[in-house]
Amino acid sequence: MDLDAREFQDGRPGPMKPAPFHYHSPGTEGEALALLAKFAPEEGRILAGGQSLIPAMALRVARPAHLVDIGGIAGFDRLTVEDGWLRIRPCVRHAALGTEAVPGPLGALLETLRGQIAHLPIRTRGTFCGSLANADPASEWCLLAATLGSSMLLRSLRGGREIAGEDFFQGFMTTALDPDEMLVEVRLPLLADTVRTGFFEFSRRAGDYAQAAALAVLELRDGAIVAPRLGLGAVEDRPRRLAVAEAVLEGRVPSSALFREAAAAARAALVPMDEDPYRLDLAQTVIHRALAAATGVAE
Amino acid sequence: MTDALAPVKERPALARGPGKVVGHAVTRIEDGPLVRGEGLFAADVNFPRQLHMRMVRAELAHARILAVSTDAARAMPGVVAIWTAEDVADIPLIPFRATKVRGLEPYCQPVLARDRMRYVGEPVAVVFADDPYRAEDAAELVVVEAEELSVLLDATAPLGEFSPGQDTEPTIVRKAYGEIDAAFRDAHAVVELELSVGRHSGVPLETRGAIARYDAAHDVLELHGTAKKQHWNRDEIARLLGRPPQGVHLFEGHVGGGFGVRGELYPEDLLVCAAALRLRRPVKWIEDRREHLVATNHSREQHHRIRAAVDAEGRLLGIDDVFFHDQGAYVRTHGARVVDLAAGMLPGPYRLPAYRVAGHFRLTNKTPSATYRAPGRFETTFVRERLMDAIAARLGLDRVEVRRRNLVSAAEMPHARPLDALGTEIVLDSGDYEGLLDKALSRFGWNALQGELAARRAAGECVGAGLAFFVEKSGLGPSDGVRVSVDANGAVELVSGAASVGQGVETALAQICAEALGVDYARIRVVRGRTDRIEFGNGAHASRVTVMSGSATWEAALAVRAMALDTAATLLQLRPSDLTIRDGEVCRADGLPGPSLALAEVARRMGPNSPAMRGRTPGLTAEKWFWSDHMAYPYGVHLVLVRIDRGTGQVVAERYLVANDIGRAINPMLVEGQIVGGLAQGLGGALLEEFRYDPSGQPLSTTFADYLIPTIAEMPAADVLIAEDAPSPLNPLGVKGAGEGGTNGVGAAIAAAVDDALLRPGAVTALPVVPATVRRLLDTLA
Amino acid sequence: MSDLHDITLVLNGERHAVRVEARRTLADVIREDCGLTGTHLGCEHGVCGACTVLMDGQPVRACLVFGVQARGRAIRTVEGLAEGGRLSPLQQAFIDEHALQCGYCTPGFLMLCTAILEADPEIGDQALVDALSSNICRCTGYANIVKAVRAAAAAMRAGTAAAEMA
Repeated sequence: MDLDAREFQDGRPGPMKPAPFHYHSPGTEGEALALLAKFAPEEGRILAGGQSLIPAMALRVARPAHLVDIGGIAGFDRLTVEDGWLRIRPCVRHAALGTEAVPGPLGALLETLRGQIAHLPIRTRGTFCGSLANADPASEWCLLAATLGSSMLLRSLRGGREIAGEDFFQGFMTTALDPDEMLVEVRLPLLADTVRTGFFEFSRRAGDYAQAAALAVLELRDGAIVAPRLGLGAVEDRPRRLAVAEAVLEGRVPSSALFREAAAAARAALVPMDEDPYRLDLAQTVIHRALAAATGVAE
Repeated sequence: MTDALAPVKERPALARGPGKVVGHAVTRIEDGPLVRGEGLFAADVNFPRQLHMRMVRAELAHARILAVSTDAARAMPGVVAIWTAEDVADIPLIPFRATKVRGLEPYCQPVLARDRMRYVGEPVAVVFADDPYRAEDAAELVVVEAEELSVLLDATAPLGEFSPGQDTEPTIVRKAYGEIDAAFRDAHAVVELELSVGRHSGVPLETRGAIARYDAAHDVLELHGTAKKQHWNRDEIARLLGRPPQGVHLFEGHVGGGFGVRGELYPEDLLVCAAALRLRRPVKWIEDRREHLVATNHSREQHHRIRAAVDAEGRLLGIDDVFFHDQGAYVRTHGARVVDLAAGMLPGPYRLPAYRVAGHFRLTNKTPSATYRAPGRFETTFVRERLMDAIAARLGLDRVEVRRRNLVSAAEMPHARPLDALGTEIVLDSGDYEGLLDKALSRFGWNALQGELAARRAAGECVGAGLAFFVEKSGLGPSDGVRVSVDANGAVELVSGAASVGQGVETALAQICAEALGVDYARIRVVRGRTDRIEFGNGAHASRVTVMSGSATWEAALAVRAMALDTAATLLQLRPSDLTIRDGEVCRADGLPGPSLALAEVARRMGPNSPAMRGRTPGLTAEKWFWSDHMAYPYGVHLVLVRIDRGTGQVVAERYLVANDIGRAINPMLVEGQIVGGLAQGLGGALLEEFRYDPSGQPLSTTFADYLIPTIAEMPAADVLIAEDAPSPLNPLGVKGAGEGGTNGVGAAIAAAVDDALLRPGAVTALPVVPATVRRLLDTLA
Repeated sequence: MSDLHDITLVLNGERHAVRVEARRTLADVIREDCGLTGTHLGCEHGVCGACTVLMDGQPVRACLVFGVQARGRAIRTVEGLAEGGRLSPLQQAFIDEHALQCGYCTPGFLMLCTAILEADPEIGDQALVDALSSNICRCTGYANIVKAVRAAAAAMRAGTAAAEMA
């Protein structure tokens, strides 16, 4: 669900209708960038799926004076597989990302994560790129982008630039995007058939924001873990790979004891948003379970 | 017309067992418009030229109001008026309903905060504009200058100041009987517990709404969107605004759930009415969800310090309870009712020779509280059943056995406790408690389950089972009336003073009427919730409608039947005892061929122009009132199997049984719906729902992102056992009301199951049981 | 400050031309400007699902879409389920299985379930629970809603079989 409880805990019984704004619906990417360049300094925002932005506007926590609706731009919903990469453009909806569109372990992984995102009607509208630009620490797609070797294409009237996924998330709901930039494409590497993935997330109810989420991507060679990637979301202010834990895992034979060791090493290195030790307990649990799922070893 | 004084036994009762339509799971007559999207909920009501009302609410939990600046807001386009306390100074504080409790008056709530704001969300000013979006825009610009005062957020803390000369404890509700000190002195063992229930509430899916319109042509003030207690609300609104009651009409359309929190008199109801009168335009107010979570009644928050004295066999000798009820900032229309109910109902189904309770009714700087489904009982069942489990643990007894030893037996019914609740003496009217317990255990497979639990634990799972016995109360009087008429087309109309909150009241009353009268239930028009159609009524709450309005319906329909047979007998030249009514036709009771008469024809013959009616009041119509001094007491058992995820602390309810004896089920499908729906709400209170505050009194549960309502994914597989073994002797139907049993025992049962899973009796001392708490418990146990 | 936009919405096959502020949600446009009040507002921040409608056949939360975003889209609301006055199998199943009490969440559930059944009438139990967890009901405890979906699927299968045999 794309509504962040933390953002709205101001307690005050305020409005539930959005504040007024100017609405623009450009027909091309160029037009959109021009509008952004003009209005970003005046609190202009992009409207893609709206599943995070609109509730924020209803609560008047977000009050953009201008909205640039990119939903009408041809080609923005294209999802293609090219040269070993999955190319996701700005209006690709969560609902589109699954095994039917993407082959191999990446497709299976996308489908697993997709099922954890909010609920069906949210997935109909929300967009992958929108989630990344929003950068909620609990977002499954953000965790995915930070863990895999992904690549973000940012564009403005000033030009384009490419940023690696792990450098894109810079703080609590803060990304590398400048106000006049649009995230025009995200590239995820296709995964070889030998790649194994495991994901585990905990939330209070079905579809709620994750309180902790972990993603493990690795290979096994001669029974030992090779090239592990272990990402943690929802605990720190941004998702990231846990290098300390990955170092513990590299070259070792998977076992419950190993997972506990890696999780403990991770715990010691975390900077959680929440002081409650329970959050760190959860981090260890989700790391352990993601590793168990990836390696097929019982918890 | 009325024979209210005739004892119940002299009036014909409905025979036990399913009738022609009573006792059957027939579909509801309410449903057509609702599935078509043709309902009339408050937000669907619109009048030409209507204004939209938007509240400006307090943003501090406790503060002295210095100034309210409205100039900027007034200048906004579409704004017609803005009021503060001065503009409504003539409207008195909102009263509470009759109660024996003294001393509550100074603590009532003003319609708009006067010199102080006492909770975040309290109405401080109000904006009237031509469009709801613009009303919100303007409300944002109202500036309230205030000087913060210290906040009181803990009902067990030392008292604070409500206003100069008034502290924050309006009253203490005390009840006692028996030799309590001797009981503790002579006890084999004394068990002491400190327990608390978290703040949560009904939170219906439709927020509140009120639309007022002054019909100048007829000098009638109309209020649309109300529910629950129309007639009392009408009388109070009339009194508070200085109008005669006949000049105020309340209309109830469709209602999106009540659960106790909707339909009480709130500031907004009075404001829309006053505004309609003064501004001479209809005024519409629809609460939004964020407002709802801070402005509609909260409930449940209590802290108990309870002791039980028992003998060597685990039999209760006495219970002594001191509890602190967090009422929030003001006394609401219920007065101290929830505390009174808690104090009176705590003993539940058990034999209790001595009892003493002190319920401290305390004010804090939080949203005011009142009743929510099974009020005072969800809380005290939790407390009492924790106590029984603790007694079992202390004496090494089985949890079921300790209850057997203490349950009031069927032979002891009716069982009077020297206690009262809601002004009526508590007399458990009928019941076979142990019989139902046995049925429930068998249905749930309790004994076999113990083996299953052992096997699952051996395999490493953290699983446990819990039980809770509850007694409910229902059928609150004092009275209700129903008028049944048949018109010259044969159409049957039933007018009642009951209200609907979506529970199926029309269908239940139609079934009863059809059973008595011999017509098709689906063709009966049921009118409810309208003060202009019936002069008096007591509304829908406390699971009273089926008992009170149902009984009145039964009697009114029987009276119409008798009149119809009388008239038909004359016309057919037979005796009334030779006749019956089948599918709306008066015909021979013995089934032999012969002349018959449609009810329509009978009604025509009884019309005002019929010579046969000369000297008599015309019309095939009867009005009957049912009176009751005592409540009925449904009862039952909750049983649950839970699994705990050690890694996260998550508690999952796998399987649940509610066994509930309700005397008689008019419609088993509706009863089951009430129980399962009640179970979902109880589950929310046990595991998920909580209104939390930060140290400065700012609410933290302000959207559905933080106030967590169970979805289908959180629900256990739910089984319902409806029992009709103990009909109530207090009404001709034998019914006891089924609205609250599903909720009553959930907190207690879940707590017991979590203890069992953790293998630690007494582990759970507070609701809701959240994953972080369970993790902490797991850590301390390791 | 807020501009007004002239948009045409296609609701249940009928065109509605309205003039609205950009900030007006689709839910409010449907209810207030087009007069179809069957779609209900339970929270206005996208959690409860009471406002669920179908847009191009997919379920969406009408409180999380601005009216202007829906111009030209084919939108179905609860008022469009009954054909020629005849209740859909799902609507009838809701009545038969007592899957509603107060009725406030019902339109949202009907649209959600209509989409589910149109996509996959043989949907598995876990997938059905996952999908139904999208919406909140405060009255029924949900069990009968599942029964209604299954009953509707069976009725639709029988109806198709009968039609094929005719």
